[in-house]
Amino acid sequence: MTKEDCKKVVLDIISEIAPDEDLSNVRGDVRLRDQLDLDSMDFLDIVMELRKKYGINVPEADYMKLSTLDGCAEYLTPKLNTVKA
Amino acid sequence: MSAPAESPNVAASPARALKSHYDALVIGCGMSGLGAAIRLAMSGRSVLVVERHNAPGGLNGYYFKAGRKFDVGLHAMTNYAAPGKKGPLTKIFRQLRIPPEAFDLSPQLSSRISFPGEELRFANGIDLLESEVARAFPKKIDAFRDLVRLVEAHDALDISRPQATPARALVHERLGDPLLAEMILNPLFYYGSALQNDIDLDQFCILFRALYLEGFARPFEGVRRILRVLLDRYKALGGERLMKCGVRRLVADCGHVAAVELDDGRTLTAGSVLSTIGSDETLGLLGMDAPGKTLPRHGYAEHIACMKPLPSELGWKDTIVFFSNTARTDYRVPDGLVDPSSGVVCMPANYDFGTRRMEEGMLRVTVRANHRAWKALSKSEYAEAKKQVAEAMMASALGHLPGGAAALPKNALLFEDTFTPLTVEKFTGHISGSVYGSPVKVRDGRTPCDNLFLCGTDQGFLGIVGAILGGISIANLHVIGPGA
Repeated sequence: MTKEDCKKVVLDIISEIAPDEDLSNVRGDVRLRDQLDLDSMDFLDIVMELRKKYGINVPEADYMKLSTLDGCAEYLTPKLNTVKA
Repeated sequence: MSAPAESPNVAASPARALKSHYDALVIGCGMSGLGAAIRLAMSGRSVLVVERHNAPGGLNGYYFKAGRKFDVGLHAMTNYAAPGKKGPLTKIFRQLRIPPEAFDLSPQLSSRISFPGEELRFANGIDLLESEVARAFPKKIDAFRDLVRLVEAHDALDISRPQATPARALVHERLGDPLLAEMILNPLFYYGSALQNDIDLDQFCILFRALYLEGFARPFEGVRRILRVLLDRYKALGGERLMKCGVRRLVADCGHVAAVELDDGRTLTAGSVLSTIGSDETLGLLGMDAPGKTLPRHGYAEHIACMKPLPSELGWKDTIVFFSNTARTDYRVPDGLVDPSSGVVCMPANYDFGTRRMEEGMLRVTVRANHRAWKALSKSEYAEAKKQVAEAMMASALGHLPGGAAALPKNALLFEDTFTPLTVEKFTGHISGSVYGSPVKVRDGRTPCDNLFLCGTDQGFLGIVGAILGGISIANLHVIGPGA
């Protein structure tokens, strides 16, 4: 899985959690909550879905690494590849 | 409400097979319990909801009588957000992954606060109320706008805050006009203050937002629509539900709920227990003394009158009328059975249902009632008292509708029913049949046990939207979230 695939995984989860958000122009280098109407409850759900769908556990200390889409790709791609393998 | 409610979703029999252990157990199948249970099931946990009554809904339940369907709590769903707008309701849809259209909400027409010599109309969104304040209290419009800003800036959903301050005096001071202050406060008292003759500042801000900044809506079918959506969602996630069986006892060991004993004698264990039955009621299950249970609690009596014409055909076009026959509302437990001098009239047909039209009209009149006074009556006295009280309630309420009692044609009434704090006590188990629970709220839901948490009325978020969101918040905070 490439980093682009990983971004797609995260955006798919966000579109499930927040179907009313427009995700067509989300920038990778800007904090997600500065571009989208997401709060801490929504971030909790992103983490929850990652665990349910892909078996990835994100400890609380690493939540900050998920604040941008680029950060998500950086942090999650190796994890996703490990889980898949 | 003497006939037992029938429920299409009751578990087949009390002996339904249960697991010996659940990740989470939720006590009470009302709005907060279902909100919490759905979240817990979404997180992949095994969940059991137990409910002592045979129908779901709790304080927002329903019943059938004389071939008619009645809602118990629902006058209006507050916090209405039009499609695409943000707010607590939108948050619920997101958190539970329910499509907004599932609740089938229709917005109110408009409502009215009716006091001696003055009235203020309001609709969804602050605009109408603001123009009404400018019309009736022109010198106080700036003070009113300042109050709106104060509410908007106040983060009342911060559940880490301890008990907040009483707000009645503050509102009087800010608005600088006693009549305006009382008129603004009256609906907020009736829609959720658990205090005597006052309202907690957080609650004031939550309710101001819920009623005046957001507003009212209702599913055409009433509360059953919302319950069905929540129950279906819970079921689809694999959640289990046991009806007609409550919890008899929580067995605690060193500050930890070690076992749960059900009414039918079965015992099971649960990783976490979420109780929606009230804080003192929950302490009771632990066998602990509940010092708050003697504090005065608001009870209500409600009279429901079904009638042939729709209210609008009689010139009654308000959705809700909050009324007071005195310039200051005496919002406390009355000395007698009820205090009909102030209260709420709800007309469920007066929502914007589009082309749909109710088959008959309905008036619901709600006033404060004294549980102890009702409890002291014999069976025959009770029936007679209900009749007399209903007449007094109708007389007082009709005085605030255009044309008064004279506008209601003779023989227009088809069916009437009255319920009292004893009815609420019987079907919900809440102490004194109270609707807004203990005056002492436990915002963070913590209890003396490390795996037992409160949600619902005594956690402090009220109304249907507040209750569901409260259940979600407590499940997130203590069970699902990173700090759990």
